[in-house]
Amino acid sequence: MFQALDIFSNGALSMAFWLAVLMVMLYFARRPAHKAILSASLVIRNGLRLTARSLLLAERSLVSRNREVLLSSGADTAEKELEREFHRVDAVVRRDVAAFPSLQRKLADQIGRLDEDYRESSELPPPPPGWVHAVEAVAKLSGKSDAPVASILEEIHKSTNEQYRNTMDDYRKAVAKRHALLDRMAPYWRSLATALEDMGKRITSLQERSIIIDRDMDRYEEIRKGTSKAERVLTSSALTQFFISALVLAIAIGGAVINFNLIALPMSEMVGGNSYIGDFKTSDVAALVIILVEVAMGLYLMESLRITRLFPVIGQMDDKMRGRMVWVTFSILLILAGIESSLAFMRDRIAADMQALRQVLANVEATGAAKSKIPTIGQMVMGFILPFALTFVAIPLETFVHASRTVLGATVALLLRWSAFMLRLLGNVAQFMGEFLVNVYDLFIFLPLWAETKLRGESEPDAPVQQRRTLRPEKVAQSPATAEEPTGTGLNDRLVEPEFAEQEDEAMVSREVLS
Amino acid sequence: MKHLRTICLVLCLAILGYGCADHSSHAIAVYMLLDTSGTYKAELERAHAIINYLLGTLKPGDSLVVSRIDSGSFSEKDIICKMTFDGRPSVTNQQKRAFREEVDNFVATVQGSPYTDITGGIVQAVDFLNETGAGQKRILVFSDLEEDLPAGAVRDFPLEMDGCQVVALNVTKLRSDNVDPREYFKRVETWQQRVVSGGGGWRVINDLDNLDGLLAP
Repeated sequence: MFQALDIFSNGALSMAFWLAVLMVMLYFARRPAHKAILSASLVIRNGLRLTARSLLLAERSLVSRNREVLLSSGADTAEKELEREFHRVDAVVRRDVAAFPSLQRKLADQIGRLDEDYRESSELPPPPPGWVHAVEAVAKLSGKSDAPVASILEEIHKSTNEQYRNTMDDYRKAVAKRHALLDRMAPYWRSLATALEDMGKRITSLQERSIIIDRDMDRYEEIRKGTSKAERVLTSSALTQFFISALVLAIAIGGAVINFNLIALPMSEMVGGNSYIGDFKTSDVAALVIILVEVAMGLYLMESLRITRLFPVIGQMDDKMRGRMVWVTFSILLILAGIESSLAFMRDRIAADMQALRQVLANVEATGAAKSKIPTIGQMVMGFILPFALTFVAIPLETFVHASRTVLGATVALLLRWSAFMLRLLGNVAQFMGEFLVNVYDLFIFLPLWAETKLRGESEPDAPVQQRRTLRPEKVAQSPATAEEPTGTGLNDRLVEPEFAEQEDEAMVSREVLS
Repeated sequence: MKHLRTICLVLCLAILGYGCADHSSHAIAVYMLLDTSGTYKAELERAHAIINYLLGTLKPGDSLVVSRIDSGSFSEKDIICKMTFDGRPSVTNQQKRAFREEVDNFVATVQGSPYTDITGGIVQAVDFLNETGAGQKRILVFSDLEEDLPAGAVRDFPLEMDGCQVVALNVTKLRSDNVDPREYFKRVETWQQRVVSGGGGWRVINDLDNLDGLLAP
């Protein structure tokens, strides 16, 4: 083939000839070639941009839907929290305010007793007799030297002293009684103070609850209004919940794996170790099924107890039916736990037997397997407890399911945005590649172009490099080369998007930078 | 109409269940040939260790046969012990103990044979393994691979060994091999060619301390 092209029997000369021919041919085919290249690049660009635009629309729709779901879920949660707080307040009010009349009676009774005691304690001691003043006057008499007077005075003195002692005794008794009454008042005072303090605490607790309710109400209001702050808080909360529940689920899966290993071997004793379902041993599948049934029963139990709300049907059951369901699921769990415990015991026996056989086969002296029953008991206890522990998987599972909706939605939205961005980028690259190819084309035929310029006597080449902006109708019209073309350039007109496309690009880039 | 629906549903579930069940066997069947010829009888203790290894490795549902190679090995009479282990691990352990006892008795009382009919043993092994329907079929040949046939025995025919993996164990070098090692290589190569051309796989394991790959596919 190459020999046929070598028309001058000289490789270099032939090559130069064919190059020249090719150049001339390309020169004549220049305009259609330019149009073809630009059209192709524009078709690619527009196709990519259209795809990007539809992806963006999908992303916006998804974001809007995510927002709705997030706010709805947040509002639901806030409602539940508010409801719970109101229930608590109701309980406090029922408990404390219901006890208020009895407390009031108690307080009134204590106050009455205090009043009574006070009144009793306010009684004055008996006053000294009124004739004391007469005695004082007699005592001042100057007839002490007179024997009868002195004798009278002496008698008076004696009787006065006796009277004084009696009076003082009465007085002391009265004072002691008052003190005793006051002593009796002290416990009433303390009881009164305690009752008032208790009342104060209850009031404070109610105040705290009211503060929490106010805060929850504010949050609920914001969610209902759909503010960006509420959205941010809910998204952040969903992300946190997602990771925490994923961590707890991973721990639960670890527990399930341990559980599986505990019962897989003894299951082969029940279903046979030589049958398979697909590539999996039937005994392994059976063990897995038991664990999954336990998890399912745990879910139903949690639903019946209204701890989780994954199955509305269970939640909507009447209390009697739910109570029955609780007992049924709990019974099944108990039976399964018993089975697992037995299987764990069987596993221990089989493992010991296998170990003994291996020792015999290896001609090793039997080491006398540990006589301790602790491992056996430990395995049995573990087999019994793990099903109940797996029951609580329902709680993180519910959180995970709810949070993953938000996280998944946000991730898909992000992916869509990035895809749209990349498609737009590729579209622009495709467009500039078209222009680049046009320039390369002109570069290859620079000789005929130069000759054309010279022949026309113009300083610029006939076909300028078609920049992106020259593709617009008004710019195309200014180009001398394309000005001669018929309105067939309408292909470019149709393909080129208006100014808003660039603005959209810029907006897109700024959005990406911001995100 | 309602009954028809129920029947259809049950049928669909049955078909689904049947489709999910794995009908290809996952079991391994091992047929071990022990060379009891005069020159090789002394090596049987090593074979004993290999059998113990197999008993420790094989799982419920697997099959194990130990047979001797003597003057005419294409016979069920040469089978020392054969067992397909039960699906229950506890029963399997009892079977393995019984198997071991039988092999112990054989090793203690074995008499050397004047001839070595390896081909007959292999044909017998293939026949047995095909009958088991096991997913993986192994023939372990514990021999020096030096065939010594009695007069009139015809064994120069191609072997049919589709799906069988042959593992030659402890292929000892004979005294003549020491004079000309090419005889040893030629012996091994001849057997390899016979097995591979018959559609089987071929491996040689001489390091009996490292048997981990013995049952590898």
